[in-house]
Amino acid sequence: MYAFDFERPSTVADAVAALSAEDAQALSGGQTLIPTLKQRLASPSKLVSLGGIAELQGITSDGDAVTIGAGTTHAAVAADGSIPALSALAGNIGDPAVRNRGTIGGSLANNDPAACYPSAALGLGATIVTNAREIVADDFFQGLFTTALDEGEIITAVRFPKPQAANYQKFEQPASRFALVGVFVAKGADGVRVAVTGASEDGVFRWSEAEAALGSNFSAGALDGMAPPADGMISDLHGSAAYRANLVGVMTRRAVAAAG
Amino acid sequence: MATISMVVNGRQMSGEAEGRTLLSSFLRDALGLTGTHVGCDTGQCGACVVHVNGDAVKSCNMLAMEADGAEVATIEGQAAPDGTLNAIQAAFQEYHGLQCGFCTPGMVMSAAALLKEIPKPSEAEIRKYLSGNLCRCTGYHNIVRAIMAASGQDVAVAAE
Amino acid sequence: MPMDGGIGASTKRREDVRFLTGAGNYTDDINVNGQAYVAFLRSDVAHGKIKSVDTSDAAGMPGVIRIFTGADFEGIGGLPCGWQVTDRHGEPMQEPAHPVLAQGKVRHVGDPIAAVVAETLEQAKDAAEAIEVDLEELPAVVDMKAALVDGAVKVHDDLTSNLCYDWGFVEENRDAVDQAIKSAAHVTTLELRNQRLVANPMEPRVAIGDFNRATGESTLYTTSQNPHVIRLLMGAFVLGIPEHKLRVVAPDVGGGFGSKIFHYAEEAFCTFAAKAINRPVKWTASRSEAFLSDAQGRDHVTKIELALDADNNFTAIRTETYANMGAYLSTFAPSVPTWLHGTLMAGNYKTPVIYVNVKAVFTNTVPVDAYRGAGRPEATFQLERVIDKAARELGVDPIALRRQNFVTEFPYATPVAVEYDTGDYNGTMDALERMIDRDGFAARRAASEAKGKLRGLGINCYIEACGIAPSQLVGQLGARAGLYESATVRVNATGGIVVMTGSHSHGQGHETTFPQVIAEMIGIDASMVEIEHGDTQNTPMGMGTYGSRSIAVGGSAMVRAAEKIIAKAKKIAAHLMEAAEADVELKDGQFSVAGTDKSVAWGDVCLAAYVPHNYPLEEIEPGLEETAFYDPSNFTYPAGAYSCEVEVDPETGKVEICSFAAADDFGNIINPMIVDGQVHGGIGQGIGQALLENCVYDDQGQLLSASFMDYAMPRADDVPFYEVDHSSRTPCTHNPLGVKGCGEAGAIGSPPSVVNAVIDALQSGGHDVDHIDMPVSPSRVWAAMNNA
Repeated sequence: MYAFDFERPSTVADAVAALSAEDAQALSGGQTLIPTLKQRLASPSKLVSLGGIAELQGITSDGDAVTIGAGTTHAAVAADGSIPALSALAGNIGDPAVRNRGTIGGSLANNDPAACYPSAALGLGATIVTNAREIVADDFFQGLFTTALDEGEIITAVRFPKPQAANYQKFEQPASRFALVGVFVAKGADGVRVAVTGASEDGVFRWSEAEAALGSNFSAGALDGMAPPADGMISDLHGSAAYRANLVGVMTRRAVAAAG
Repeated sequence: MATISMVVNGRQMSGEAEGRTLLSSFLRDALGLTGTHVGCDTGQCGACVVHVNGDAVKSCNMLAMEADGAEVATIEGQAAPDGTLNAIQAAFQEYHGLQCGFCTPGMVMSAAALLKEIPKPSEAEIRKYLSGNLCRCTGYHNIVRAIMAASGQDVAVAAE
Repeated sequence: MPMDGGIGASTKRREDVRFLTGAGNYTDDINVNGQAYVAFLRSDVAHGKIKSVDTSDAAGMPGVIRIFTGADFEGIGGLPCGWQVTDRHGEPMQEPAHPVLAQGKVRHVGDPIAAVVAETLEQAKDAAEAIEVDLEELPAVVDMKAALVDGAVKVHDDLTSNLCYDWGFVEENRDAVDQAIKSAAHVTTLELRNQRLVANPMEPRVAIGDFNRATGESTLYTTSQNPHVIRLLMGAFVLGIPEHKLRVVAPDVGGGFGSKIFHYAEEAFCTFAAKAINRPVKWTASRSEAFLSDAQGRDHVTKIELALDADNNFTAIRTETYANMGAYLSTFAPSVPTWLHGTLMAGNYKTPVIYVNVKAVFTNTVPVDAYRGAGRPEATFQLERVIDKAARELGVDPIALRRQNFVTEFPYATPVAVEYDTGDYNGTMDALERMIDRDGFAARRAASEAKGKLRGLGINCYIEACGIAPSQLVGQLGARAGLYESATVRVNATGGIVVMTGSHSHGQGHETTFPQVIAEMIGIDASMVEIEHGDTQNTPMGMGTYGSRSIAVGGSAMVRAAEKIIAKAKKIAAHLMEAAEADVELKDGQFSVAGTDKSVAWGDVCLAAYVPHNYPLEEIEPGLEETAFYDPSNFTYPAGAYSCEVEVDPETGKVEICSFAAADDFGNIINPMIVDGQVHGGIGQGIGQALLENCVYDDQGQLLSASFMDYAMPRADDVPFYEVDHSSRTPCTHNPLGVKGCGEAGAIGSPPSVVNAVIDALQSGGHDVDHIDMPVSPSRVWAAMNNA
């Protein structure tokens, strides 16, 4: 690792101020950032830990929505259960030790194309709340490792509408256990949303053909034989684009069937 | 450099750390607790698992300063002061759940976290819980048996 | 019923206590006062000409003590290769230089160009990044067959081509095999790749060099399976340090699986640099560095043909293999595809003629050498896969076809130059069949099909040659080392015993099992015996641990030394009891005289040896310490039968292992618990190879699977419980313990049954798939099922 300064503020306001320094970077759970630093692939001048900020912690379930503080760990979301599909997803990220450190805000801000949480945020139609504004998930994810966040902007919470039915199915990349393909299906007041992670060269996306088919008939059978085109799918040593396209179809059908 | 302190295995300890000092390095180099091992640099292998404020974490994936003021438990604090192995350690020896011993500290610490969360885990729950702890020697067979035994369960495997 | 703590007892491991309490002493746990840290600048291209290395900026950076480049090692020996293969035409293999730091060219990603020694590791890394290397990138040679095309870019400019050797075995059989295949009733052909693997012991390599100016002695602490071998190779061939001025210490070592046999550049560097700067120098590999610098394993491309007569008897085997050596010859690399592979091509079967051709090839990749099994998994995989394919083609039962062709009379001289001393292949197959409920398979398959899954059952046999090895034989085959083992048994005055062995334990449990043998021989409690190993300063010259040799060769040396001890102790006891030596018996730690009530305890005899007041000094010396060197007269030949049952998800291609069973014949067994554990671990690695692990380079020689994020290590939830059976025992006929060696069996025996099971599953679903290369990953299974 390159040397950096370290700050651990206790309020969002202090964190934002600390992040105004040139090349300062926020540190949440660090489960992706620290390995990146070890490889010397990033050289922040300062790391601003968000781990000491009480207002980023916690889960509140309030009528139609669940709001999760950005600093809430995967383990805490897994244990919550307000949205069972979301908790199940969180409970299957990485491994127990990773889940005790990794946070929902960190995962969404990083927007790894194979991470699980982006598909939940997009699939449930979540709203990402920052220190400055609110961003709907459809606008938030902007390609690999790219989001709508501005420099120095911090996610403070994520607000999920409660679905009528939802499920996440993940087919794991055998080495990293990230999603080779993960599909989050949610049926809500505004219809059906299908969000796919791990598969596309452009990061998490909504599979609109499947949403249309499921909108009129929410059953796995409605997707018989369907798979998105292989064009634009990731092809690597773990699977070809065609294989990933197939998996999107399979995992979507399984998610619909499990969502009930 | 700054001085940070933490309660490690019940003892107040302090040492010097930079911002970039990992908790694993702090334990090994500053505090001389070399039982915590580092087997990878991507957070996969789990040889470095310790407990921070009661939760299992990968100490090579956490900055030491993030643990400033915390309660930390490592492999060195698992046996009784007179050296008597705890139930998990004793089961690992009884069921030959270790060979080269390098992954063992992390395995024992993960197993301890598991049994706190699920006192009598099934075979599948044990295997799933250990997905962040790599062992290259045992094929996991005797590790799983040891954890079943440590949780007071019948270690029913056809082939002994 | 075995004696408590003696041979055959599942004694719990004494070394566990320190490992379970964080009190192990691994190399990285060692810190020498005043130590500096080294960071290597490694090539990020696979092939390139070094035009210049400018260290001037880096040298002035904070904490930098000294920077070394290839120029510092001019005139110093390169890393030696310990085995010379002679090719089909009687010519020696091509053997390139392997400098400690690159000179003139880099030949694989990770090849070290320079090394910075600094006060801290981070300072060393900072300075290494500041070194300016002017590198002219050259086209990389990655594919073995392309590497052998005329005009291919050469990895080593001073060699005639990228061909290390073209080996034929047994060359005189070549025509007979061709004829037998031409005239066969049936020939089954299979082309396959035995993929490259990374050993990945959980402990990364570490080296600490230390130099004592007052004594002129160098010390190297290193993660090694064989410290004496490192002392000899590094001392004699690289740095020119005589053995009495060089101490090599391999303390607790966190697994090796072959990858810690070899002498590595970092060891030589730290030893050299410590003297150059007169300070201890420490290097600890990161896992990422291990992927680019530990010798890798396997990487064979093979075509095998099995000929059968009209009655399904095997009549000939012909196999052609391209074996990847990587960019340089690692210590024992040339022996792996030849003498550890060709000699095993007969398997468990009587096949009259066999011809093995191996072309070893240099490429711009990390060097390849022995990894658990080393050549024997490659031989077993191709043979057991082609037999399975033949059974399918012929419509015969795969177990029946194997049984029909088993070697049943021993000793058996194979057509590939080895003699199996003993075995019972029907016995291990019987044991396997008792475990696997083959009759119930149809019902299990139907149950899987009801869930939409395809179920398959795979069987295979294996044999291996281990207990490596007879020195004179391997000398004829090209080994530049002897492969005996040594032991000193030191009995203390009060009867306690220390055994100093040249074998090295890095997980095998020698500290527990070796005392079991001594305890049994003398009839004392095993707690009276301690084992010392791993330090050249207090152990006799030994060759270390690999090739499943510790108990067969090292244990035999210990038995020989203990026999000398007992013989001398009997002389002393005879004197004390005023009896004839021939009448003295040793039982349960008591010497007695047959037919009398005279006896003297073990401890009293030991005391007399060191307090020789009443002692036959005119006949024997005082003291009770003996050394023996044991050189085996043959390999040992463990063998077995394995099976695997899988379920395949046809929608995703994912393979789940439902059950795995292994029946092995290891001859006599010292500690059944430890032997079972060795087999479990081997099976885990074999399943890893079959389903998960794959070391992949792109066309430019960049390693794509360079961390655990992309190199799939088997995890606890990837594998089932294993059923193992070691009841079939045909003791080895030529070592004193009748033992065979068990360390590699699981890794050798398990991959074919997994793949055989997957093919069986796919065939049952109507898919005309007769082979999938390992790893049989979900994407590959799906592609095979969908012709994608």
